[in-house]
Amino acid sequence: MASTISKPAPDRSPVTGTATQKRKRKPFLLDIYSTAVGKKYVMAITGIIGIGFVLVHMIGNLKMYLGPAEFDHYAEFLRELLVPILPRTVTLWLLRLTLIGAILLHIHAAYSLTILNRKARPVKYQSERDYVAANFASRTMRWSGIIVLLFIIWHLLDLTAGTLNGSGFVRGHAYENVVNTLDRPAVAIFYIIANIALGIHLFHGVWSLFQSMGWSNPRFNKWRREAAIGIATLIVVGNVSFPIAVLANIVKVKS
Amino acid sequence: MEAIQNITLKVWRQDGPADGGRFENYNVPEISDEASFLEMLDVLNERLINEGKEAIVFDHDCREGICGTCSLMINGQAHGPARMTATCQLHMRKFASNDTIVVEPWRASAFPILKDLMVDRSAFDRIIEVGGFITAPTGGAPDANLIPIPKPVADAAMDAAECIGCGACVAACPNGAANLFTSAKIAHLNMLPQGQAERFARTEAMVEKMDEHFGSCTNHGECEAACPKGISLDFIALMNQDYRKSKFKNRKSLSRT
Ligand code: HEM
Ligand code: FES
Repeated sequence: MASTISKPAPDRSPVTGTATQKRKRKPFLLDIYSTAVGKKYVMAITGIIGIGFVLVHMIGNLKMYLGPAEFDHYAEFLRELLVPILPRTVTLWLLRLTLIGAILLHIHAAYSLTILNRKARPVKYQSERDYVAANFASRTMRWSGIIVLLFIIWHLLDLTAGTLNGSGFVRGHAYENVVNTLDRPAVAIFYIIANIALGIHLFHGVWSLFQSMGWSNPRFNKWRREAAIGIATLIVVGNVSFPIAVLANIVKVKS
Repeated sequence: MEAIQNITLKVWRQDGPADGGRFENYNVPEISDEASFLEMLDVLNERLINEGKEAIVFDHDCREGICGTCSLMINGQAHGPARMTATCQLHMRKFASNDTIVVEPWRASAFPILKDLMVDRSAFDRIIEVGGFITAPTGGAPDANLIPIPKPVADAAMDAAECIGCGACVAACPNGAANLFTSAKIAHLNMLPQGQAERFARTEAMVEKMDEHFGSCTNHGECEAACPKGISLDFIALMNQDYRKSKFKNRKSLSRT
């Protein structure tokens, strides 16, 4: 072992591999979440929920190219999911609550891991680091995440609540609302930037989640990078096409 | 043999754990390209001692890449620019005449600096103490090959066991995480039949002890790139998998007692 001088650690643990769970622990899930590895499971699982949502959301939005009737019909379908098993909009609200919960957990885990990591190296290297393996995406997860978060908030106020949509917002007229908002170049550019940030986030995130979850298989490991590039590209290309299509008048409100 | 001329060394000097520390510049007028990085420091130290100055303190022992004692952040890379080499195996021929080389100690809250370039890595020992071993009767030596181990399993366990505990993974990690070290120590026992009895107790205890001292893994891969033994990131995935299993299994078996 590489230790040079050892000072007795104040919290030295019992020197046996079997006596682990002596102290009274927190409830099981909180106990797992209290460790860094546990928080990474949560980051990965909530990330997967996010990816699932973003993919379905993007595919749904492609209906924009089929015209207002198709698009608004799809929007109404979302409200009628599982009707008549559940009343109208109940399923939609359950999905929304799941997503909000996932995002809150994702952010809490990201925040507390960031604090932990700062504490693990309170004095930075005084000379310049020369990174070998870390890439732009992996080193900017916090920034790309924050951009995506700001975007989510704006997006909800814009197209769900309608407060930022401008004067013409009409609940239920999803198609018109989208076109109206993206017709403003500044908004369109914000949508484009945010989705590129999301793509960068997922370029590292999708690769990383396999490690975090311990999904390692020598036969498939080499595809993890490709999977990350594929998913990130799919989402960015799909989502960025909407503001561009509106700006280019390909998608427009018939007058 | 060729000589490399006029190396400027920018070395971190720190009088003790409480001192603030600073960089100091030294000139090495000439050094053989066959010298190791540590031999170059030896030559410099000899001169400093002859001049009545204090020698630069750094860790070293075997000087053949097997003990894990040497360290050093050289030009922003743990163990310097050569891949899969410890600082003691790093040759001066990797540098050129008139180079400026910056040398810093490992930096992590778990590795306090003792003096100059020497750090205390006993936080690693705390992790090993809680599970990095097997409990075995030490009677007469058992017959060879009594426990069959498939060749690929033995190979993978050996790959993990190559870890020399130098701490380069922690030093290189932007988060000061020790996941590569801990996962290697867990894996080399968890993969072998002898390690099964304590597998889940070991994993839970070691991961949670690691948590008390180190940062968290964000899968940058810097540790793997810095490791003088080339320990694979796959072991981190294996640890993450075994930790989850151990939480569930230990919970079940503990609730039976
Ligand atoms: C809402 C604001 C968000 C913030 C602040 C945020 C922040 C972060 C940070 C800091 C990490 C790296 C954590 C680490 O490696 O320790 C991360 C990982 C990740 N994020 Fe986000 N993120 C956000 C939104 C999203 C969204 C919307 C998605 C999915 C579409 C997503 C998917 C992922 C994935 C898959 C990972 C990888 C998890 C892992 O390493 O196991 N994130 N996020
Ligand atoms: S001195 Fe032993 S590994 Fe470098």
